[in-house]
Amino acid sequence: MNKKRPVNLDIGTIQLPITSYVSILHRVSGVVLFAAIAVFLWVLDASLSSEESFNAIKECIESTFFQLIIWASLAALAYHLVAGVRHLVMDFGVGETLEGGRLGAMIVLIAAAVLIVLAGVWVWA
Amino acid sequence: MGMITNVTSFGRSGLSDWILQRATAVVMTVYTVFITVYLLTNPDMDYGQWLALNSHICMKVLNVLTVVSIAIHAWIGLWAVLTDYVTVRLLGPKATPLRIFFQLGMITINLVYLIWALDIVWGI
Repeated sequence: MNKKRPVNLDIGTIQLPITSYVSILHRVSGVVLFAAIAVFLWVLDASLSSEESFNAIKECIESTFFQLIIWASLAALAYHLVAGVRHLVMDFGVGETLEGGRLGAMIVLIAAAVLIVLAGVWVWA
Repeated sequence: MGMITNVTSFGRSGLSDWILQRATAVVMTVYTVFITVYLLTNPDMDYGQWLALNSHICMKVLNVLTVVSIAIHAWIGLWAVLTDYVTVRLLGPKATPLRIFFQLGMITINLVYLIWALDIVWGI
């Protein structure tokens, strides 16, 4: 097989539409969430082990450092969930046209932004 | 059938991975929405209340379904990412051993997460 054969869609050389950014962010947020699982499990483990560790982890996650980590994790979760719902909606044939795809991508970005701000309010308020 | 399969994909077929990715997504969404609403409506929750919730058999079943879903979903998702980007075309001939290394690492971490999570949620 010719290793130098031309590639039909070389994404490194074309200008990306909004749907591409939504798709790439879905992948990035997914990879971030894979790391965040460790944090979630650590907090869950501590919260259920004993009353002492429940109170200790509650105090621990109220430090600015952990608030930032939790907000970043919730932001990745919010984005990934909303972008995932878009996939499910499209599986039912809704928003599959070019315009529908663009509109769906815009809705995902706006809805995720709102949820990420609300997550910040939840963490810091 | 002469279907081409990949030994590192989760369900060994695209259709199987496709439907599992969606089924697990629905389970995780149910868990996320439920826990978010619960925590928002119980801001002063103490240890006893949190333990009681997670000791309930319905919650234990949802917890187990969720952590199993996370493992399957992450496996399928990261497989797609690795096989798209850690490729010979993008990274050269070293990509194949590198991708196998990352795939096996991803699978190992997934199993560690799963065993740890099951120990937490079922051992209550």
